[in-house]
Amino acid sequence: MAEENRAAVEFHDVTYRLNDRPLVSHLTFHVRRGEILVLLGRSGSGKTTTLKLINRLLAPTEGEVRVEGTATVDWDPIRLRRRIGYVIQEVGLFPHFTVERNVGLVPTLEGWEPERVRDRVHRLLRLVGLPPEQFAHRYPHELSGGQRQRVGVARALAADPPLLLMDEPFGALDPLTRVEMQREFHEWQQRLGKTVVFVTHDIQEALFLASRIGLMDEGRLVELGTPTEFLRSSRPEARAFIQCLRAVPSDDRLSEEKLS
Amino acid sequence: MSFIEFVIRHQREIIHLTEEHLILVGLSMSIALLVGIPLGILITRQPRWRKPVLGFANVVQTIPSLALFGFLIPIPFVGGIGARTAIVALTLYALLPIIRNTYAGIMSVDPAVRQAGLGMGMTDRQLLFQVELPLALGVILAGVRVATVISVGVATIAAAIGAGGLGVFIFRGVAMVDNQLILAGALPAALLALVIDFTLGWIERHLTPRTEARREMA
Repeated sequence: MAEENRAAVEFHDVTYRLNDRPLVSHLTFHVRRGEILVLLGRSGSGKTTTLKLINRLLAPTEGEVRVEGTATVDWDPIRLRRRIGYVIQEVGLFPHFTVERNVGLVPTLEGWEPERVRDRVHRLLRLVGLPPEQFAHRYPHELSGGQRQRVGVARALAADPPLLLMDEPFGALDPLTRVEMQREFHEWQQRLGKTVVFVTHDIQEALFLASRIGLMDEGRLVELGTPTEFLRSSRPEARAFIQCLRAVPSDDRLSEEKLS
Repeated sequence: MSFIEFVIRHQREIIHLTEEHLILVGLSMSIALLVGIPLGILITRQPRWRKPVLGFANVVQTIPSLALFGFLIPIPFVGGIGARTAIVALTLYALLPIIRNTYAGIMSVDPAVRQAGLGMGMTDRQLLFQVELPLALGVILAGVRVATVISVGVATIAAAIGAGGLGVFIFRGVAMVDNQLILAGALPAALLALVIDFTLGWIERHLTPRTEARREMA
Protein backbone atom coordinates (compact mmCIF):
# COMPACT_ATOMS: atom_id res chain seq x y z
CA MET A 1 0.00 0.00 0.00
CA ALA A 2 2.64 2.46 1.09
CA GLU A 3 4.43 1.61 -2.13
CA GLU A 4 1.47 2.90 -4.15
CA ASN A 5 1.07 6.13 -2.23
CA ARG A 6 4.68 7.10 -2.08
CA ALA A 7 5.74 9.83 -4.46
CA ALA A 8 8.04 8.70 -7.27
CA VAL A 9 10.56 11.42 -6.42
CA GLU A 10 10.78 13.67 -3.37
CA PHE A 11 12.96 16.71 -2.84
CA HIS A 12 13.47 17.70 0.79
CA ASP A 13 15.04 21.14 1.15
CA VAL A 14 17.67 20.39 -1.48
CA THR A 15 20.51 22.79 -2.20
CA TYR A 16 23.30 22.10 -4.66
CA ARG A 17 26.36 24.31 -4.70
CA LEU A 18 29.18 24.39 -7.20
CA ASN A 19 32.24 26.26 -5.93
CA ASP A 20 30.10 27.86 -3.22
CA ARG A 21 27.65 29.21 -5.77
CA PRO A 22 24.19 27.69 -5.31
CA LEU A 23 22.76 26.33 -8.57
CA VAL A 24 19.55 25.28 -6.87
CA SER A 25 18.43 26.26 -3.38
CA HIS A 26 15.94 24.83 -0.90
CA LEU A 27 13.96 22.77 -3.36
CA THR A 28 11.07 20.95 -1.75
CA PHE A 29 8.51 19.18 -3.92
CA HIS A 30 7.15 15.77 -4.86
CA VAL A 31 6.72 14.14 -8.22
CA ARG A 32 3.55 12.05 -8.25
CA ARG A 33 3.39 8.66 -9.87
CA GLY A 34 2.23 8.76 -13.48
CA GLU A 35 2.31 12.54 -13.84
CA ILE A 36 4.29 14.72 -16.22
CA LEU A 37 5.91 17.34 -14.05
CA VAL A 38 7.30 20.07 -16.27
CA LEU A 39 10.07 22.22 -14.86
CA LEU A 40 9.81 25.51 -16.68
CA GLY A 41 12.35 28.29 -16.48
CA ARG A 42 14.83 30.36 -18.41
CA SER A 43 18.37 29.16 -19.13
CA GLY A 44 20.44 28.93 -15.96
CA SER A 45 17.44 28.70 -13.63
CA GLY A 46 18.56 25.30 -12.32
CA LYS A 47 16.23 22.98 -14.26
CA THR A 48 18.93 20.70 -15.61
CA THR A 49 20.69 20.62 -12.24
CA THR A 50 17.41 19.51 -10.67
CA LEU A 51 17.13 16.63 -13.15
CA LYS A 52 20.70 15.53 -12.54
CA LEU A 53 20.03 15.45 -8.82
CA ILE A 54 17.36 12.81 -9.49
CA ASN A 55 19.59 10.30 -11.33
CA ARG A 56 22.53 11.23 -9.14
CA LEU A 57 24.71 12.65 -11.85
CA LEU A 58 24.89 15.21 -9.03
CA ALA A 59 24.50 14.67 -5.29
CA PRO A 60 22.83 17.34 -3.14
CA THR A 61 25.10 19.58 -1.06
CA GLU A 62 22.31 19.89 1.49
CA GLY A 63 18.98 18.16 1.91
CA GLU A 64 17.87 14.91 0.37
CA VAL A 65 16.47 13.65 -2.91
CA ARG A 66 14.49 10.43 -2.64
CA VAL A 67 13.62 8.13 -5.48
CA GLU A 68 11.04 5.50 -4.61
CA GLY A 69 11.49 6.40 -0.97
CA THR A 70 15.26 5.88 -0.85
CA ALA A 71 17.73 8.76 -0.79
CA THR A 72 19.73 8.92 -4.03
CA VAL A 73 22.98 8.83 -2.07
CA ASP A 74 21.93 5.47 -0.60
CA TRP A 75 21.21 4.00 -4.03
CA ASP A 76 23.89 2.23 -6.01
CA PRO A 77 24.15 4.92 -8.72
CA ILE A 78 24.32 2.35 -11.52
CA ARG A 79 21.18 0.54 -10.32
CA LEU A 80 19.40 3.86 -9.84
CA ARG A 81 20.21 5.14 -13.33
CA ARG A 82 19.19 1.93 -15.03
CA ARG A 83 15.74 2.36 -13.49
CA ILE A 84 15.46 5.88 -14.84
CA GLY A 85 15.13 6.74 -18.53
CA TYR A 86 17.17 9.78 -19.53
CA VAL A 87 16.68 11.86 -22.65
CA ILE A 88 18.77 14.94 -23.42
CA GLN A 89 18.49 17.60 -26.08
CA GLU A 90 21.68 16.56 -27.87
CA VAL A 91 20.34 12.96 -27.74
CA GLY A 92 23.83 11.53 -27.28
CA LEU A 93 23.33 8.43 -29.41
CA PHE A 94 26.48 6.33 -29.73
CA PRO A 95 27.70 7.15 -33.25
CA HIS A 96 29.39 3.76 -33.70
CA PHE A 97 26.30 1.75 -32.71
CA THR A 98 23.39 0.99 -35.03
CA VAL A 99 19.93 2.21 -34.01
CA GLU A 100 19.18 -1.30 -32.76
CA ARG A 101 22.24 -1.44 -30.51
CA ASN A 102 21.64 2.07 -29.25
CA VAL A 103 18.09 1.30 -28.20
CA GLY A 104 19.08 -2.08 -26.77
CA LEU A 105 21.90 -0.63 -24.67
CA VAL A 106 20.43 -0.80 -21.17
CA PRO A 107 18.72 -4.20 -21.64
CA THR A 108 22.05 -5.55 -22.93
CA LEU A 109 23.91 -4.09 -19.95
CA GLU A 110 21.27 -5.70 -17.76
CA GLY A 111 22.14 -9.04 -19.34
CA TRP A 112 18.93 -9.78 -21.21
CA GLU A 113 18.97 -12.59 -23.80
CA PRO A 114 19.84 -11.16 -27.26
CA GLU A 115 16.55 -12.48 -28.64
CA ARG A 116 14.56 -10.68 -25.95
CA VAL A 117 16.55 -7.46 -26.47
CA ARG A 118 15.80 -7.61 -30.18
CA ASP A 119 12.07 -8.12 -29.64
CA ARG A 120 11.95 -5.27 -27.20
CA VAL A 121 13.93 -2.94 -29.47
CA HIS A 122 11.72 -3.67 -32.45
CA ARG A 123 8.58 -3.11 -30.42
CA LEU A 124 9.90 0.25 -29.19
CA LEU A 125 11.01 1.35 -32.65
CA ARG A 126 7.48 0.66 -33.87
CA LEU A 127 6.09 2.63 -30.92
CA VAL A 128 8.15 5.69 -31.80
CA GLY A 129 7.21 5.44 -35.46
CA LEU A 130 10.45 4.07 -36.91
CA PRO A 131 9.73 0.75 -38.69
CA PRO A 132 12.55 -1.58 -37.56
CA GLU A 133 12.92 -3.17 -41.01
CA GLN A 134 13.92 0.24 -42.27
CA PHE A 135 15.74 1.75 -39.30
CA ALA A 136 17.21 -0.95 -37.04
CA HIS A 137 20.48 -1.20 -38.94
CA ARG A 138 21.06 2.45 -39.67
CA TYR A 139 23.67 4.53 -37.89
CA PRO A 140 22.76 7.77 -36.09
CA HIS A 141 24.38 9.94 -38.77
CA GLU A 142 21.97 8.47 -41.29
CA LEU A 143 18.96 9.87 -39.40
CA SER A 144 17.26 13.26 -39.32
CA GLY A 145 17.15 15.27 -36.09
CA GLY A 146 13.59 14.18 -35.35
CA GLN A 147 14.37 10.52 -36.03
CA ARG A 148 17.40 10.71 -33.77
CA GLN A 149 15.31 12.06 -30.93
CA ARG A 150 12.77 9.28 -31.49
CA VAL A 151 15.61 6.80 -31.11
CA GLY A 152 16.66 8.68 -27.97
CA VAL A 153 13.19 8.26 -26.48
CA ALA A 154 13.06 4.59 -27.48
CA ARG A 155 16.44 4.05 -25.84
CA ALA A 156 15.26 5.67 -22.62
CA LEU A 157 12.19 3.41 -22.56
CA ALA A 158 14.12 0.24 -23.40
CA ALA A 159 14.40 -1.34 -19.98
CA ASP A 160 10.87 -0.18 -19.11
CA PRO A 161 11.92 2.27 -16.38
CA PRO A 162 9.09 3.62 -14.22
CA LEU A 163 10.57 7.12 -14.35
CA LEU A 164 11.72 9.24 -17.30
CA LEU A 165 13.87 12.37 -17.10
CA MET A 166 13.75 14.55 -20.18
CA ASP A 167 15.99 17.56 -20.59
CA GLU A 168 14.61 19.77 -23.37
CA PRO A 169 14.29 16.72 -25.58
CA PHE A 170 12.55 18.53 -28.42
CA GLY A 171 14.44 21.82 -28.10
CA ALA A 172 16.69 21.33 -31.13
CA LEU A 173 13.93 20.25 -33.51
CA ASP A 174 12.22 22.42 -36.09
CA PRO A 175 8.85 23.77 -34.88
CA LEU A 176 6.70 21.38 -36.93
CA THR A 177 8.65 18.28 -35.90
CA ARG A 178 8.61 19.54 -32.33
CA VAL A 179 4.82 19.80 -32.19
CA GLU A 180 4.52 16.37 -33.81
CA MET A 181 6.88 14.86 -31.22
CA GLN A 182 5.06 16.57 -28.35
CA ARG A 183 1.73 15.15 -29.50
CA GLU A 184 3.11 11.67 -29.93
CA PHE A 185 5.05 11.76 -26.71
CA HIS A 186 1.90 12.80 -24.85
CA GLU A 187 0.12 9.81 -26.32
CA TRP A 188 2.93 7.35 -25.43
CA GLN A 189 3.02 8.66 -21.91
CA GLN A 190 -0.75 8.24 -21.50
CA ARG A 191 -0.48 4.71 -22.83
CA LEU A 192 2.56 3.65 -20.79
CA GLY A 193 1.73 5.54 -17.60
CA LYS A 194 5.33 6.56 -16.91
CA THR A 195 6.24 9.21 -14.38
CA VAL A 196 8.01 11.99 -16.26
CA VAL A 197 10.04 14.97 -15.16
CA PHE A 198 10.37 17.20 -18.19
CA VAL A 199 12.56 20.28 -18.47
CA THR A 200 11.79 23.05 -20.94
CA HIS A 201 11.90 26.79 -21.43
CA ASP A 202 8.99 26.66 -23.85
CA ILE A 203 5.77 27.74 -22.16
CA GLN A 204 3.59 26.27 -24.92
CA GLU A 205 5.29 22.91 -24.55
CA ALA A 206 4.82 23.11 -20.78
CA LEU A 207 1.11 23.92 -21.04
CA PHE A 208 0.54 21.17 -23.58
CA LEU A 209 2.34 18.34 -21.78
CA ALA A 210 2.24 19.09 -18.08
CA SER A 211 0.11 17.55 -15.37
CA ARG A 212 1.76 20.18 -13.22
CA ILE A 213 4.18 22.96 -14.00
CA GLY A 214 7.01 23.86 -11.65
CA LEU A 215 8.39 27.28 -12.41
CA MET A 216 12.07 27.76 -11.62
CA ASP A 217 13.86 31.03 -11.24
CA GLU A 218 17.45 31.54 -10.09
CA GLY A 219 17.66 28.08 -8.57
CA ARG A 220 14.36 28.26 -6.73
CA LEU A 221 11.02 26.67 -7.36
CA VAL A 222 8.75 29.71 -7.29
CA GLU A 223 5.47 28.19 -8.40
CA LEU A 224 4.03 24.69 -8.64
CA GLY A 225 0.57 23.88 -9.96
CA THR A 226 -1.58 22.65 -12.82
CA PRO A 227 -1.43 24.50 -16.14
CA THR A 228 -4.74 26.21 -15.28
CA GLU A 229 -3.40 27.37 -11.94
CA PHE A 230 -0.23 28.51 -13.66
CA LEU A 231 -2.14 30.66 -16.14
CA ARG A 232 -3.95 32.34 -13.23
CA SER A 233 -0.75 32.97 -11.29
CA SER A 234 0.01 36.55 -10.42
CA ARG A 235 3.73 36.01 -9.80
CA PRO A 236 5.84 38.24 -12.04
CA GLU A 237 8.07 35.31 -13.12
CA ALA A 238 4.98 33.41 -14.23
CA ARG A 239 3.42 36.45 -15.88
CA ALA A 240 6.63 36.96 -17.87
CA PHE A 241 6.26 33.49 -19.36
CA ILE A 242 2.57 33.93 -20.01
CA GLN A 243 3.40 37.12 -21.91
CA CYS A 244 5.36 34.97 -24.37
CA LEU A 245 2.09 33.34 -25.39
CA ARG A 246 0.86 36.72 -26.57
CA ALA A 247 4.01 37.48 -28.55
CA VAL A 248 2.29 36.40 -31.76
CA PRO A 249 1.05 39.56 -33.53
CA SER A 250 -2.71 39.71 -33.24
CA ASP A 251 -5.00 40.39 -36.19
CA ASP A 252 -5.44 43.95 -34.96
CA ARG A 253 -1.77 44.69 -35.08
CA LEU A 254 -1.34 43.14 -38.48
CA SER A 255 -4.13 45.29 -39.91
CA GLU A 256 -2.73 48.36 -38.13
CA GLU A 257 0.60 47.78 -39.81
CA LYS A 258 -1.08 47.52 -43.17
CA LEU A 259 -2.83 50.85 -42.61
CA SER A 260 0.23 52.77 -41.58
CA MET B 1 80.77 -2.21 -58.24
CA SER B 2 77.14 -1.09 -58.65
CA PHE B 3 74.78 -0.68 -55.71
CA ILE B 4 72.71 -3.64 -56.90
CA GLU B 5 75.75 -5.91 -56.87
CA PHE B 6 76.63 -4.56 -53.45
CA VAL B 7 73.17 -5.40 -52.14
CA ILE B 8 73.26 -8.89 -53.60
CA ARG B 9 76.71 -9.51 -52.12
CA HIS B 10 75.61 -8.29 -48.69
CA GLN B 11 72.05 -9.55 -48.74
CA ARG B 12 72.46 -11.87 -45.79
CA GLU B 13 73.86 -9.12 -43.62
CA ILE B 14 71.15 -6.71 -44.79
CA ILE B 15 68.43 -9.19 -43.89
CA HIS B 16 70.03 -9.90 -40.55
CA LEU B 17 70.33 -6.20 -39.66
CA THR B 18 66.76 -5.54 -40.85
CA GLU B 19 65.59 -8.27 -38.49
CA GLU B 20 67.50 -6.70 -35.63
CA HIS B 21 66.00 -3.38 -36.54
CA LEU B 22 62.49 -4.80 -36.54
CA ILE B 23 63.07 -6.43 -33.16
CA LEU B 24 64.27 -3.14 -31.66
CA VAL B 25 61.23 -1.30 -33.02
CA GLY B 26 58.77 -4.09 -32.30
CA LEU B 27 59.82 -4.59 -28.69
CA SER B 28 60.03 -0.92 -27.84
CA MET B 29 56.67 -0.18 -29.49
CA SER B 30 55.01 -3.04 -27.62
CA ILE B 31 56.26 -1.72 -24.30
CA ALA B 32 55.34 1.84 -25.25
CA LEU B 33 51.79 0.73 -26.10
CA LEU B 34 51.44 -1.21 -22.85
CA VAL B 35 52.58 1.82 -20.86
CA GLY B 36 51.35 4.69 -23.01
CA ILE B 37 47.72 3.73 -23.60
CA PRO B 38 46.96 3.12 -19.91
CA LEU B 39 48.74 6.39 -19.05
CA GLY B 40 46.69 8.22 -21.68
CA ILE B 41 43.51 6.74 -20.18
CA LEU B 42 44.66 7.55 -16.64
CA ILE B 43 45.02 11.24 -17.38
CA THR B 44 41.47 11.41 -18.76
CA ARG B 45 40.29 10.09 -15.36
CA GLN B 46 42.72 11.92 -13.07
CA PRO B 47 43.16 15.43 -14.45
CA ARG B 48 45.84 16.29 -11.88
CA TRP B 49 48.14 13.66 -13.43
CA ARG B 50 47.79 15.23 -16.85
CA LYS B 51 50.50 17.88 -16.53
CA PRO B 52 53.23 15.72 -15.01
CA VAL B 53 52.64 12.81 -17.39
CA LEU B 54 52.45 14.87 -20.59
CA GLY B 55 55.26 17.08 -19.29
CA PHE B 56 57.55 14.11 -18.77
CA ALA B 57 56.80 12.65 -22.20
CA ASN B 58 57.33 16.05 -23.76
CA VAL B 59 60.70 16.56 -22.10
CA VAL B 60 61.89 13.13 -23.21
CA GLN B 61 60.90 13.99 -26.76
CA THR B 62 63.07 17.10 -26.72
CA ILE B 63 66.27 15.26 -25.77
CA PRO B 64 68.35 14.61 -28.91
CA SER B 65 68.27 10.88 -29.57
CA LEU B 66 72.03 10.37 -29.55
CA ALA B 67 72.22 12.17 -26.20
CA LEU B 68 69.42 10.05 -24.75
CA PHE B 69 71.25 6.87 -25.72
CA GLY B 70 74.37 8.32 -24.13
CA PHE B 71 72.59 9.32 -20.92
CA LEU B 72 71.16 5.83 -20.48
CA ILE B 73 74.46 3.94 -20.78
CA PRO B 74 75.69 4.55 -17.20
CA ILE B 75 72.29 3.88 -15.58
CA PRO B 76 72.17 0.44 -13.88
CA PHE B 77 69.58 -2.15 -15.03
CA VAL B 78 68.20 -0.14 -17.95
CA GLY B 79 71.53 1.08 -19.30
CA GLY B 80 74.76 -0.37 -20.59
CA ILE B 81 75.99 -1.11 -24.07
CA GLY B 82 73.60 -2.99 -26.35
CA ALA B 83 70.03 -3.57 -27.39
CA ARG B 84 68.49 -3.20 -23.94
CA THR B 85 69.47 0.45 -23.64
CA ALA B 86 68.28 1.11 -27.17
CA ILE B 87 64.88 -0.43 -26.42
CA VAL B 88 64.49 1.72 -23.31
CA ALA B 89 65.32 4.87 -25.27
CA LEU B 90 63.04 3.98 -28.18
CA THR B 91 60.21 3.21 -25.75
CA LEU B 92 60.63 6.61 -24.11
CA TYR B 93 60.53 8.29 -27.52
CA ALA B 94 57.37 6.51 -28.57
CA LEU B 95 55.48 7.44 -25.41
CA LEU B 96 54.53 11.03 -26.24
CA PRO B 97 52.54 10.46 -29.44
CA ILE B 98 50.81 7.46 -27.89
CA ILE B 99 49.88 9.11 -24.59
CA ARG B 100 48.89 12.36 -26.22
CA ASN B 101 46.71 10.76 -28.88
CA THR B 102 45.04 8.40 -26.43
CA TYR B 103 44.18 11.37 -24.25
CA ALA B 104 43.10 13.58 -27.16
CA GLY B 105 41.06 10.79 -28.74
CA ILE B 106 39.09 10.10 -25.59
CA MET B 107 38.60 13.77 -24.79
CA SER B 108 37.26 14.39 -28.30
CA VAL B 109 34.30 12.08 -27.68
CA ASP B 110 31.12 14.19 -27.74
CA PRO B 111 30.29 15.13 -24.12
CA ALA B 112 26.60 14.43 -24.86
CA VAL B 113 27.51 10.84 -25.68
CA ARG B 114 29.37 10.46 -22.40
CA GLN B 115 26.55 12.17 -20.50
CA ALA B 116 23.97 9.85 -22.08
CA GLY B 117 26.08 6.79 -21.28
CA LEU B 118 26.53 7.78 -17.66
CA GLY B 119 22.89 8.79 -17.32
CA MET B 120 21.76 5.39 -18.52
CA GLY B 121 23.82 3.67 -15.87
CA MET B 122 26.99 2.58 -17.67
CA THR B 123 29.91 2.02 -15.35
CA ASP B 124 33.11 3.91 -16.04
CA ARG B 125 34.67 0.72 -17.40
CA GLN B 126 31.74 0.07 -19.75
CA LEU B 127 31.85 3.64 -20.95
CA LEU B 128 35.59 3.35 -21.58
CA PHE B 129 35.61 0.04 -23.42
CA GLN B 130 32.30 0.25 -25.27
CA VAL B 131 32.22 3.92 -26.13
CA GLU B 132 35.33 6.00 -25.52
CA LEU B 133 38.06 3.66 -26.75
CA PRO B 134 36.19 2.55 -29.91
CA LEU B 135 35.45 6.17 -30.78
CA ALA B 136 39.03 7.25 -29.99
CA LEU B 137 40.57 4.34 -31.88
CA GLY B 138 41.29 6.29 -35.06
CA VAL B 139 43.17 9.00 -33.21
CA ILE B 140 45.05 6.49 -31.05
CA LEU B 141 46.14 4.49 -34.11
CA ALA B 142 47.30 7.68 -35.80
CA GLY B 143 49.54 8.27 -32.76
CA VAL B 144 50.85 4.70 -32.89
CA ARG B 145 51.63 5.17 -36.56
CA VAL B 146 53.60 8.36 -35.97
CA ALA B 147 55.45 6.76 -33.04
CA THR B 148 56.38 3.67 -35.07
CA VAL B 149 57.66 5.62 -38.05
CA ILE B 150 59.75 7.88 -35.78
CA SER B 151 61.00 4.80 -34.01
CA VAL B 152 62.22 3.16 -37.23
CA GLY B 153 64.28 6.28 -37.92
CA VAL B 154 65.65 6.74 -34.42
CA ALA B 155 66.53 3.04 -34.18
CA THR B 156 69.27 3.57 -36.80
CA ILE B 157 71.12 5.63 -34.19
CA ALA B 158 70.99 2.71 -31.75
CA ALA B 159 73.92 1.23 -33.64
CA ALA B 160 76.05 3.91 -32.00
CA ILE B 161 75.71 2.14 -28.66
CA GLY B 162 76.16 -1.33 -30.10
CA ALA B 163 72.50 -2.25 -30.36
CA GLY B 164 72.74 -3.40 -33.98
CA GLY B 165 70.11 -2.74 -36.62
CA LEU B 166 70.40 -1.00 -39.97
CA GLY B 167 72.30 1.84 -38.35
CA VAL B 168 75.35 -0.43 -38.38
CA PHE B 169 75.69 0.08 -42.16
CA ILE B 170 75.11 3.79 -41.84
CA PHE B 171 77.74 4.35 -39.16
CA ARG B 172 80.20 2.11 -40.98
CA GLY B 173 79.51 4.01 -44.22
CA VAL B 174 80.01 7.37 -42.53
CA ALA B 175 83.29 6.21 -41.00
CA MET B 176 84.55 4.82 -44.30
CA VAL B 177 83.08 7.66 -46.42
CA ASP B 178 81.27 4.98 -48.42
CA ASN B 179 77.91 6.09 -49.81
CA GLN B 180 76.90 2.61 -50.86
CA LEU B 181 77.24 1.41 -47.28
CA ILE B 182 75.19 4.34 -46.01
CA LEU B 183 72.51 3.63 -48.61
CA ALA B 184 72.49 -0.06 -47.71
CA GLY B 185 71.34 0.98 -44.23
CA ALA B 186 69.24 4.00 -45.11
CA LEU B 187 67.21 2.52 -47.96
CA PRO B 188 65.90 -0.55 -46.10
CA ALA B 189 65.15 1.70 -43.08
CA ALA B 190 63.18 4.09 -45.27
CA LEU B 191 61.35 1.21 -46.95
CA LEU B 192 60.56 -0.27 -43.57
CA ALA B 193 59.10 3.04 -42.41
CA LEU B 194 56.97 3.33 -45.55
CA VAL B 195 55.65 -0.23 -45.32
CA ILE B 196 54.79 0.20 -41.64
CA ASP B 197 53.16 3.55 -42.30
CA PHE B 198 51.05 2.10 -45.09
CA THR B 199 50.06 -0.99 -43.10
CA LEU B 200 49.08 0.92 -39.98
CA GLY B 201 47.21 3.43 -42.14
CA TRP B 202 45.25 0.58 -43.67
CA ILE B 203 44.45 -0.89 -40.26
CA GLU B 204 43.44 2.55 -39.04
CA ARG B 205 40.95 2.97 -41.88
CA HIS B 206 39.46 -0.47 -41.43
CA LEU B 207 39.14 -0.48 -37.65
CA THR B 208 37.76 2.99 -37.19
CA PRO B 209 34.00 2.88 -36.64
CA ARG B 210 31.80 4.42 -39.29
CA THR B 211 30.67 7.73 -37.91
CA GLU B 212 29.95 11.09 -39.35
CA ALA B 213 32.83 12.56 -37.39
CA ARG B 214 35.33 10.34 -39.13
CA ARG B 215 34.07 11.22 -42.55
CA GLU B 216 34.55 14.85 -41.80
CA MET B 217 38.11 14.20 -40.64
CA ALA B 218 38.99 12.17 -43.72
